[in-house]
Amino acid sequence: MTTSTPRSPEAAPLLELRDVEAGYGPFRALFGVSLSIPPGHVVALLGSNGAGKTTVARVCSGLVAPTAGKLLFEGNDVTGVRAYRIARLGVAHAPEGRSVFASLTVEENLLLAFRVDLGRKLAPEAVARAYELFPRLGERRKQHAGTLSGGEQRMLALARVLVNPPRLLIADELSLGLAPIVVEEVYRTLGKVRDEGAALLLIEQHVKHALALADDVAVLNHGQVNYYGPASELGDLSERLLPAASNGSHA
Amino acid sequence: MTDLITYVLRGIPFGCVFALVAIGLVLTYKTSGVFNLAFGAQAYVSAAVYYDTHVRHKWPIIPAFVLAVLVFGPLVGLVLDRLIFRFMRTAPHVARLVAALGLLVAIPQLVNLWFGQSPSFGVEGIWPSSQGSNFAVYHFGDYALNGDQVATLIATAVVVIGLTALFRFSDIGLRMRAVVESARMTELSGINAGRVGTIAWMLSSLVAGLAGVLLAPLFAQVSATNFTVLIVAAIAAAAFGGLTSIPLTLLGGILLGVAQGLLGGYLPPASVLAQGLRPSLPFVALFLLLIFWPSLRNRREVTDPLAGVDPPPPGLAALERSRGLTWATRIFALIVLAIAIPFVLSSNYWLLLGTEAVILSTIFLSIVVITGMAGQISLCQATFAAIGAFTTAQLVSNYHVSVMITILAGAAMAAVVGALLAIPVLRLGGIYLALATFAFALMFESVLVPLDWVGGGANPIKVPRPKFAGIDFANNKSFFFLCIAILAVVSVLVIFVRGGTIGRYLDALRGSETAAQAIGVNPTRARIIAFSLSAGIAGLGGGLLATQTGIAQPADYNSFLGLFWVVLVVTLGSRTVEGAVQAGVAFYVVDEILKRIGINQSWQPILFGLGAMTYAKHPEGILEFQKRQSLAFVQRHLDRMKRRGAPAEPAGADEAGAVAPTPAQPSSERVGAD
Amino acid sequence: MALLEARDISKRFAGITALDDVSLDVEAGEPVGLIGPNGAGKTTFFNCLLGLLRPDGGRVVFDGRNITRMPVYKRARLGFGRTFQRIELFSGMTVRDHLLVAERAHRGTASLWKDMLNLSRATTEEIEKADATLELLGLLDYANRPIESCGLGRGRLVEVGRALMTEPKLLLLDEPSSGLDRVETEELVTTLQSVQRERGTAILLVEHDVEMVQSFVSRLYVLDFGTLIASGTTAEVLGDATVRKAYLGEYV
Repeated sequence: MTTSTPRSPEAAPLLELRDVEAGYGPFRALFGVSLSIPPGHVVALLGSNGAGKTTVARVCSGLVAPTAGKLLFEGNDVTGVRAYRIARLGVAHAPEGRSVFASLTVEENLLLAFRVDLGRKLAPEAVARAYELFPRLGERRKQHAGTLSGGEQRMLALARVLVNPPRLLIADELSLGLAPIVVEEVYRTLGKVRDEGAALLLIEQHVKHALALADDVAVLNHGQVNYYGPASELGDLSERLLPAASNGSHA
Repeated sequence: MTDLITYVLRGIPFGCVFALVAIGLVLTYKTSGVFNLAFGAQAYVSAAVYYDTHVRHKWPIIPAFVLAVLVFGPLVGLVLDRLIFRFMRTAPHVARLVAALGLLVAIPQLVNLWFGQSPSFGVEGIWPSSQGSNFAVYHFGDYALNGDQVATLIATAVVVIGLTALFRFSDIGLRMRAVVESARMTELSGINAGRVGTIAWMLSSLVAGLAGVLLAPLFAQVSATNFTVLIVAAIAAAAFGGLTSIPLTLLGGILLGVAQGLLGGYLPPASVLAQGLRPSLPFVALFLLLIFWPSLRNRREVTDPLAGVDPPPPGLAALERSRGLTWATRIFALIVLAIAIPFVLSSNYWLLLGTEAVILSTIFLSIVVITGMAGQISLCQATFAAIGAFTTAQLVSNYHVSVMITILAGAAMAAVVGALLAIPVLRLGGIYLALATFAFALMFESVLVPLDWVGGGANPIKVPRPKFAGIDFANNKSFFFLCIAILAVVSVLVIFVRGGTIGRYLDALRGSETAAQAIGVNPTRARIIAFSLSAGIAGLGGGLLATQTGIAQPADYNSFLGLFWVVLVVTLGSRTVEGAVQAGVAFYVVDEILKRIGINQSWQPILFGLGAMTYAKHPEGILEFQKRQSLAFVQRHLDRMKRRGAPAEPAGADEAGAVAPTPAQPSSERVGAD
Repeated sequence: MALLEARDISKRFAGITALDDVSLDVEAGEPVGLIGPNGAGKTTFFNCLLGLLRPDGGRVVFDGRNITRMPVYKRARLGFGRTFQRIELFSGMTVRDHLLVAERAHRGTASLWKDMLNLSRATTEEIEKADATLELLGLLDYANRPIESCGLGRGRLVEVGRALMTEPKLLLLDEPSSGLDRVETEELVTTLQSVQRERGTAILLVEHDVEMVQSFVSRLYVLDFGTLIASGTTAEVLGDATVRKAYLGEYV
């Protein structure tokens, strides 16, 4: 643990899933998932492909409405509430893959977000700060975001949460397809976001990285949570649980 | 030299007309992602309201204008968004185009129902001083403008400046563009995508209303067709602006108007060129622009990165059902036929309808090939049918060839034209392909059909019934069976092609074009074959239709009728042969039913037009969806019976084959789910 | 002469130089890797090799033929096989169908009429060939499953199988471990190695997973800012100071 302030697990959870079931049309992806994220905590969500990690992220941000169970934000029921309302509560979701508007320029991508978060007056200032943090984006401000490389797109997505940290950041496979040196940088950035007081829900293939940052770990297998507890206590279990989770899809 | 300047200047107000409409199209496309072919229909609503209040009920201009443009314009947009496009915000672009096509068919009929059939409003301009027959004329040096032209110029300027400012400086402009790319990702930024989308529709509908009221005086009569033709003409200007740039669109519109002015000035007015080329210039321009304009060529639409949130599209019921059920369906179809045929034969009236339904089904099979199998929306199937019909007619009347042979020659001619058209057009994808085919249809109609050696000029050509193998098909009953035989042959051909190599290639191309190319599939070849086959089938049907009616009449192959065909087939089911046949039968049966129960027949296009909205939800077609539902029902009961009969067998043993996924079964390991 | 020779490939987008005189060789039967930071131009280079982009300068020679301007599908017939970073499968088809359509596309197209009216969906011979490949990949049990029921890992294997049906001389793999977990990646590496050994297929691997690259390729190229900064045997390149700085960071 590298964090300075100790966190008590008894604090009221920022976001909580209770027995959530969800899916896509006839396909069910989650079978009664319960998970709670305390304020300022970093939770790593691990599991094999197809275990339902992305669906958990989508339920948390309101993109997918649960078919059963409840979603609570600071104790208030937000089940079935539209995504934009949940976003306004301070939940930022960087979805897997491309998470920027390809048809807008870099600057427009930033303005779009900052005008919602901070209002028209403060937005240009925030954009300027984003360029300070990522000079590469400043060089490409007039370029369409779709023409950026994968790493630059990820920077653009991160620039927003760095300048204006959310209460909860859901990061789905942020390091996917990035060079090791960029992955390092992404994790440094996530560390900064955490230090500013944001809670994180990390979905990762790079278990090593995720565990280095996480307070708690949830292991998902076939749409159900197999293990949920402090990352430090995962220890021996990790050997047993993680390969099992990885093998899940071949069972 | 002064002539030249006069012609150019005369073209500018016309150019502004094109520009105003084209900017409306660009606005809708930019803010809602819909290439709104129904824009003309929306304009028509406001025009109708304006003239009903102002001319019929003698309202003063200002209140009539406020009601028609400022109230009805946005209201139409609000209704369309709430009832339809709200549910299509995450649908693919082609689905939205189909919905717009449906509206194009449905809205004018609704307006006509409301104001009475074919309203012929008094046509007066909006400019206050231009009332009555004394048009106000304003002089600018040597050049004179009337009040309506002044109004159009001012309105165009206001719209251009207003929209440019909106997109450059306002939040909502930026948000609208974001929603078009991905409504879900916009919501993740805390923006209510639903509200943004509604505002976008109200705004673009307001511009449509403004255009409608301003432009109505241009036409001798306020009719929906006039508006729609104007819209299609204006697409050329929108294409010039790459469907995104408002200033370029304005320039494109003005260039188009000036070009028409020049043609009108320099070509001898009575010549074929002047009569054919001038009105069709916009379509020619659109066709050439789509093919050669660099900003449109090879353009790919931006896809929603969060599309995976939607459930995957279902496969064909026919591929998932068990063998036994397939046979049961076939036997059921035979029984229906056995009942239907004697009924059709019972009276001449029904025989006529039955024969036309069978011929139409044949034509609709061409839509199954191009849309269902190749996944492309072609809007010129009626043109291919016309090519078949005219070739048949010309050969019969000029060379006295046997009719059966000329019908085949017509089909071959259509196939050749289809292949030639496919080469440039197929490089375009999605809506651009649809637009290019529609431009081709209008070009054909306005340039070639009036010619003596194509459409026969003022007098349509007569076509006799065929006579061969000792049977004279002048007898309606034998002709009916001939048509059924042809339909059967074409159906079998389509089924074979679908199962054969080309069919598989087309399946692969629909699944992933890049992956198909990576294994060595030549996409151009596969698609040209599909396009040409489809054109040939349409041509065959067109020839048959001419033989049935005894005359090759351009009105039977009107390109707007062709739009309606596409809407109908796509709505009911464009993936299967049954879908085409059901659409062919429905075309006549629904009409007949409405007639019998005393409901206005214009409800038929309204029903089918609004039915097209279901395309986004059920791209496989409503009937196909119903079929799957009932199959699932039957399968469930069969399973239950089997289980009762043989309790030893485990219930969910589906290792052997692909079984429709049942909701209770955990199937979390799907591509895209995680 | 090498199987694939890319010589001085350059590509510019709107004034930005994405690739600057990049050259790369792949010998027949050899596994080669291409790594580099994001935005280095790997994908651009890959697309230039495959014909999805046309290079502004330089040439691509395959098997002694200049293919710089050859369309994608013709390259496939010459012996290019590929997989995709985000998997590209044919929805609505079964696993076996994927291989069958590839087999038919590879055998090239007979006459127009035969293509259009080929009544049999697949001959026994075709099915046997497809099943042999499925067995090699351990997919035989899933042959009749709809592709939608395959997860990412199995989907990637189907892509490999589909590519193998075209009997490629060179297999181009675009980040094959992307989205796979550790176990799935290991399985994929084992399969690819056996393919490379048994069938003598050359492999060009674009990858971020350094462990996977190390375990697999004999030679490595490193791209940064559109230029090659290193090439040589895997051990040499991974030990190179410039490479460590530009790409690996503190990772190794």
